[in-house]
Amino acid sequence: MYKIVKREVLVPNMIYMKVEAPDIAQKAKPGQFIILRVDEFGERFPMSLAGWDKNEGTLEISFQIMGKSTMKLAALGEGEHVLDVVGPLGKSTEIDYYGNVLCVCGSFGVGPMITMIRALKEKGNKIVSVIEAESEAFLFWEDKLKEISDEAHVVVGDRGVGQVSEFVREYLKAGNKIDRVFAFGRVFMMMECSKATKAFEVKTIVSLTPIMVDGTGMCGCCRVSVGGETKFTCVDGPEFDGHLVDWELLIKRKQAYLKEEARAFNLWEPDNLRKVAELSKLPKRLSLVENE
Amino acid sequence: MSEKKKLNLNRVPIPKQAPEERRSNFNEVALGYTEEQAIEEASRCIQCKKSNCKDGCPVGVDIPEFIKAVRDGDMPEAVRILKSKNSLPGICGRVCPQETQCEMTCSLAKKGAPIAIGRLERYVADWERAHSEISKQQIERATPNRKKVAVVGSGPAGLTCAADLVKLGYGVTIFEALHIAGGVLMYGIPEFRLPKHIVQTEVNYVKSLGVEIKLDQVIGRIATVDELLENGYDAAFLAPGAGAPMFLNIPGENLSGIYSANEFLTRTNLMKAYLFPEYDTPIKVGKRVAVFGGGNVAMDASRCALRLGAEEVYIIYRRSRTEMPARLEERGNAEEEGVIFKLQTNPSRFLGDEEGRVRAVELYEMELGEPDESGRRRPIRKPGSEFIMELDIAIPALGTRPNPIIPSTTKGLELTKWGTIVTDEATGRTSKERVWCGGDMATGAATVISAMGAGKRAAADIDESFKA
Repeated sequence: MYKIVKREVLVPNMIYMKVEAPDIAQKAKPGQFIILRVDEFGERFPMSLAGWDKNEGTLEISFQIMGKSTMKLAALGEGEHVLDVVGPLGKSTEIDYYGNVLCVCGSFGVGPMITMIRALKEKGNKIVSVIEAESEAFLFWEDKLKEISDEAHVVVGDRGVGQVSEFVREYLKAGNKIDRVFAFGRVFMMMECSKATKAFEVKTIVSLTPIMVDGTGMCGCCRVSVGGETKFTCVDGPEFDGHLVDWELLIKRKQAYLKEEARAFNLWEPDNLRKVAELSKLPKRLSLVENE
Repeated sequence: MSEKKKLNLNRVPIPKQAPEERRSNFNEVALGYTEEQAIEEASRCIQCKKSNCKDGCPVGVDIPEFIKAVRDGDMPEAVRILKSKNSLPGICGRVCPQETQCEMTCSLAKKGAPIAIGRLERYVADWERAHSEISKQQIERATPNRKKVAVVGSGPAGLTCAADLVKLGYGVTIFEALHIAGGVLMYGIPEFRLPKHIVQTEVNYVKSLGVEIKLDQVIGRIATVDELLENGYDAAFLAPGAGAPMFLNIPGENLSGIYSANEFLTRTNLMKAYLFPEYDTPIKVGKRVAVFGGGNVAMDASRCALRLGAEEVYIIYRRSRTEMPARLEERGNAEEEGVIFKLQTNPSRFLGDEEGRVRAVELYEMELGEPDESGRRRPIRKPGSEFIMELDIAIPALGTRPNPIIPSTTKGLELTKWGTIVTDEATGRTSKERVWCGGDMATGAATVISAMGAGKRAAADIDESFKA
């Protein structure tokens, strides 16, 4: 059992939690993830680490409510417990001195990017950060990014994540010297950014989030195609060269259970939905219960 | 009373759920002997002097002795004899391939049906579970010593090694990567062959001996083997299991709807996807399922697919029936339930639809050529025999490669070219000091009982090494 010591709603639908897991906190490194199982009936699902505190013995996660499992997790308040937390999993990023590093992030990728930037800075890299959000209302932690970046940009627009890749393209076109790109966030954003940087031949590292079951290399559910080779994200990744990833395959595999996910979600008790709404302090008219 | 009586060469049949009934539920297929049936079967044993059956048992159970106790109706005594050598009798009685071990060497096997040793073992274990108050036994334990052993993995090898070591007086901690102990017994072998409550009863028995089990611990990540040895453990036994599934390496293999057998079984058994949406983990089955491979895992996957509601389930195997590695009994069970065997057939590519889901497989027929190094006739492709078979789900069940996490994070472990850990078979020793290994990580995919044998030998050798 792993106790939740802090829970906040960052922006609508984006939850932040701090969980007690001292052993994992001792070992966590940038780029790694954990597997959670909320309760006895729950799925095992992966989540990137958004931070950790060795002294305090805690892990930080930030996640979007996407389906039943993330909704169940979101329904837990401070002082409540997650049944299982496994980690740290995946290879940690090999961090080196590259020079000028462009760090593009959005959504659940912002937290993990902050841990990455800290490690990149320790190696003496110059950081140009870009954060994307659909609108001001969904923007969070841009102040944290600004604090640790040498140059910080915010891309907000209701034309969705496509805009951030346009930004990246323009930025590189303008002759800014970039030696390495990291892109963490929604798949579509990472795909578009990889396309944008490919034309300029700047190596781009992305962190993939396919569906997983055990997360330890046993089942192969998280297999992706990278440079024509099949890789298991959980043990060979989760970070790969964005120019080599077969994005179409990844997106289709991620969508494999949409119908089942919707069914499980819709059967979830309204009482629990009410609890999520209360904990999230959403205005009544926005609460999920009314849409039921 | 004279022991001289006519040999009975026919074993007492074990009651089973009827095929048409069981193919739509996850309840156990074999129902087990009643007391009368068990005593009747035990009475067939001639208690021969040679007791070859013992030599056929990888963990050295005193078979004639426990059968004698069953025959005499002294079940507590039968439990005592069985458990002094085997900590997991309810599991072994169900999933051991007795026909190639103890039952093969039974003296009656030359003349007729050997004693149904596995069924009797199961009966005794089930009797104990039902009578746990009466049978609470004092387990013989050595005085605790100060040595501590870390066991990696709580599958059959790990549980056996841990139980033996704790009885010898060692402090033992098992580190299990998953959220529940049991390894392949929980995630791999289906409920209808090995009910999970039975696995948990035997896991609890191992715990009751004094073994500590830590769940959710992936060794190599949360702590390396070297760190365990630096931080208070005097020895480590590595039994992390079968590891990474192999695929066919043909085009289209990453389409959705193609599951490794490991994934299909893990979703079904460990995550209880057959109870979706009560349990959150989903699984897809569709109408037509093809399982590729001819081993026990292929049989398990195909029988799970039937129970999950598939209308037609095929086993596609490149060699002929005689080369199939699956146990005869499991093959029989699968066929009775309606699994269709398509033999000497092999896939060449998968075809997908617009959503990236598998919709068909291209197959070709095989002919048998000259025997290869394994002695089995090598299958070769029959020219012009290609055809397309439509399907909803494909499940490659082709065995596993070792999981890379432990080998890649442990210093000084010598590996074979297959990536398994170089291990001395008789002792379980590896190339690294204070580190032993057993189970599939040492041998490649094998059986539950051979893993238990390895756990037992390693425990004895670990003990030996500390006495020296």
